[in-house]
Amino acid sequence: MRNLKTFIQDFGWPRIIIFFFLVGLFIMAPFVNVRLDASISDVLNRFGQNAIMVLAMVPMIQSGCGLNFGLALGLVSGLLGATLSLQFELHGMLGFLGAIALATPFSIIFGWFYAKLLNKVKGEEMTIAMYVGFSFIMFMCIMWLILPYSNPTMVWGYAGKGLRTTISVENYWLRILNDFLAIRIGQFFVFPTGLLLFVALFAFLMWLFLRTKTGTAMTAVGSNPDFARASGVDVDKMRTISIIISTFLGAVGIIVYEQSFGFIQLYTAPSPMVFPAVAAILIGGASINKASMVNVIVGTILFQGLLTMTPSVINSLLQTDMSEVIRIIVSNGMILYALTRKMKVSK
Amino acid sequence: MGLPRIWAASFCISTFRPVFRRCRDTGYFFHKPVYNGMTMTNGSSLLSIEHVSKDFYGNVVLHDVNFDLHEGEILGLVGENGAGKTTLMRILFGMPVIMETGGFQGSIKIGGTEVHFSSPFDALDAGLGMVHQEFSLIPGFTTTENIVLNREPMRRTVLNDVFGERMSVLERDKMRERAEKAISKLGVDLDPDMLVSEMPVGHKQFTEIAREIDREQTRILILDEPTAVLTESEAEVLLKTLKRLASEGIAIIFISHRLQEVLAIAHRIVVLRDGHVVKDTVNENIGIRDVASWMVGRSLGEAGQRAEARSLGQTTFSVRHLWVDMPGETVRDVSFDVRRGEIFGIGGLAGQGKLGIPNGIMGLFPAGGEVTLDGKSVPLNNPAKALAMGMAFVSEDRRGVGLLLDESLEWNIAFTAIQVHGQYLKKIPFGLFSLRDEKAMEELCQEYVRLLDIKCTSTKQKAKELSGGNQQKICLAKAFAIKPRLMFVSEPTRGIDVGAKKLVLDTLHHYNRDFGTTIVMVSSELEELRSICDRIAIVDEGRIAGILPPTADISEFGLLMSGVAVEEAVNA
Repeated sequence: MRNLKTFIQDFGWPRIIIFFFLVGLFIMAPFVNVRLDASISDVLNRFGQNAIMVLAMVPMIQSGCGLNFGLALGLVSGLLGATLSLQFELHGMLGFLGAIALATPFSIIFGWFYAKLLNKVKGEEMTIAMYVGFSFIMFMCIMWLILPYSNPTMVWGYAGKGLRTTISVENYWLRILNDFLAIRIGQFFVFPTGLLLFVALFAFLMWLFLRTKTGTAMTAVGSNPDFARASGVDVDKMRTISIIISTFLGAVGIIVYEQSFGFIQLYTAPSPMVFPAVAAILIGGASINKASMVNVIVGTILFQGLLTMTPSVINSLLQTDMSEVIRIIVSNGMILYALTRKMKVSK
Repeated sequence: MGLPRIWAASFCISTFRPVFRRCRDTGYFFHKPVYNGMTMTNGSSLLSIEHVSKDFYGNVVLHDVNFDLHEGEILGLVGENGAGKTTLMRILFGMPVIMETGGFQGSIKIGGTEVHFSSPFDALDAGLGMVHQEFSLIPGFTTTENIVLNREPMRRTVLNDVFGERMSVLERDKMRERAEKAISKLGVDLDPDMLVSEMPVGHKQFTEIAREIDREQTRILILDEPTAVLTESEAEVLLKTLKRLASEGIAIIFISHRLQEVLAIAHRIVVLRDGHVVKDTVNENIGIRDVASWMVGRSLGEAGQRAEARSLGQTTFSVRHLWVDMPGETVRDVSFDVRRGEIFGIGGLAGQGKLGIPNGIMGLFPAGGEVTLDGKSVPLNNPAKALAMGMAFVSEDRRGVGLLLDESLEWNIAFTAIQVHGQYLKKIPFGLFSLRDEKAMEELCQEYVRLLDIKCTSTKQKAKELSGGNQQKICLAKAFAIKPRLMFVSEPTRGIDVGAKKLVLDTLHHYNRDFGTTIVMVSSELEELRSICDRIAIVDEGRIAGILPPTADISEFGLLMSGVAVEEAVNA
């Protein structure tokens, strides 16, 4: 009994409620003609799609830079990598890895400048980061039009230049990770082995990194920068490293998302992707200066699970098509909830 | 009068409206003193403090304090930091913090009548004026505006009928007249139209005093360290002014660390030590030395027992012309040498710069000068290099700098060793990078838990869950863990209980004697320094006033702390 109590305390009531609500939705699903196996497959899929973007929050949280509301910089680097890989006609696994490789230099450069800025506004990182993200997306809206891309699958058909809003990766690296060693059970259930392995690999690397000397220093910087400085740690350097890693993970995250989703979405598409990542890690139990791999995994499953299940089950219950409305209410409601409890840490 | 000025004035009046109202209600604008007790004085005491005691949650800071203040008398109130001066003034001024912490015992009488102040306004009404250490002036206002602030003479206008009192107009001429009158009473040369932001500090201090004496009923003036920010010549003018005010019948309580100033102007001196009035005497035939020893003198049982002869090694650490820009603890020009195996003490009053010395050397605040350890020059402004050279620092700011409150004890103790010396890391099989060696960290932590007798439930406990004394031991363990050749310990016993104090001091003593660690200890507790150090330097105004053996007479230390010329101490 005692164990249960401490467990509940550690895990936190809100997460338990969300968890049981999610379980309730799964139980209810068959009764309203929503296929359980398809739903689970869907949740797994969306977990894999989004997990790395949520993981991108971890380094910056650990180094005390707060939640990465400027994740858009990473997303844009990823989009640049993805479009370049298409431009160079890289197909299959080569295309996917090529996209990541091409995105890396951008993410390092953007991350470095981003870090320069955030190191100047200590204490106000999150507000500033949000505006950096928004304005950078707007700046890229111009760039997508004038950058000299020429691959006919990407540019506007009538002008022959300027990138389209949505680009299909179907002939390049669609579902390259999802289908890798995928296990198909029945007509509706697919276990995306490759995708989940890829996520696990990155989570493991992050876990390892946080245990190195640098990772330890980074955590200490987030925990008490004065202590870290007095112990001979270069606080600004640690913050810079964390921001670059976070931006890089954002780039990888969006490429993973695209290969599963099937489309590269440009222009303003990255802006609504930042908040769900922030919300997911908060629901996972992270605070603004402590986050762990468990927070990432639990948070992404709960958030994406609810996002997948609520509209489909409730739609079927109400017999109307409100999926988009419900999805927006649920996701923003959860973000709101997550932000209100952001100060409290749970394991 | 320009429109902006009216706005400024009405802004200030509306901002301070409650105050303004109160002033009006109590008759400030009509020059009608509410308090009439003054007439009956003359000879009898104007202010008497009787049996005043005060404790903060059981921690006694004032114990049965009694003294009287007569009309036209200057009373010098002296005492070390923490002797209870500030608390006494807070009680006198009816500061809310006193009521919030359970009030006080005893009584305060003004003109023979007992008074109960529930807020500083009551104290003002009763004729008390306070000049604070920090200036409470509005920088963008002129001297005149600051002096008569909230008590401005007003003229009614038509708008009053519509919008009420807020729309009254300031009577500039009368304001200026009053300000000039107050200034001439001070006998100093202040420009009534100068903006406070453009004034030298001395003038700001005078403006504050002028504001207090502009109040018609002010009969008691309290000055808390008024000369701290002044140059010598400015201080002299101030002292003259105070004498002049006293000759006009105003009673003054003068609080200062500068004993020579106190002796120069006070008629009577009251010495507070640990909350007790240890001396209340007329200022006749008293030397600075006497006051200094009353101020710091305590029973010296502990310092007496140490008589061991110590053979110390060569000079291992030397500091030349060090300056440190640490807010509130500026170090101006400090030079000293420390010998191998020595415990070198640095003492002095708060704010004089003693804390700046270790913080500057360890690179936490901008510093300059020459620092050498074993013949090698120590780069300043670089904590990593300072640590790598074999120095360690236990910060006075335990919770702010000393600890990772949200991390485990293992982290706290091992972190510096990991970062500085790359210890407690293990290579992973492929040898590409190393990871924290959690097991080694745990062993290290357990070793220190045992050695220093740290009370904790496990080495995984978070640092914030420990008591102050145990947290201090963690800080020491962190420093010991990097096996320093030279260790700075800053205020090691601040905010911990008596038992823990002894343990911490014993630990330092033990490490010094058994491992030969050279220790530089900074503390405001003179007794503590005298009980453990081999030599003690006293810092005053950012410079070393003198270095004394711990057996030196207590008055010598007091003299050095009070900023008396170094030569005198040497010749004595």
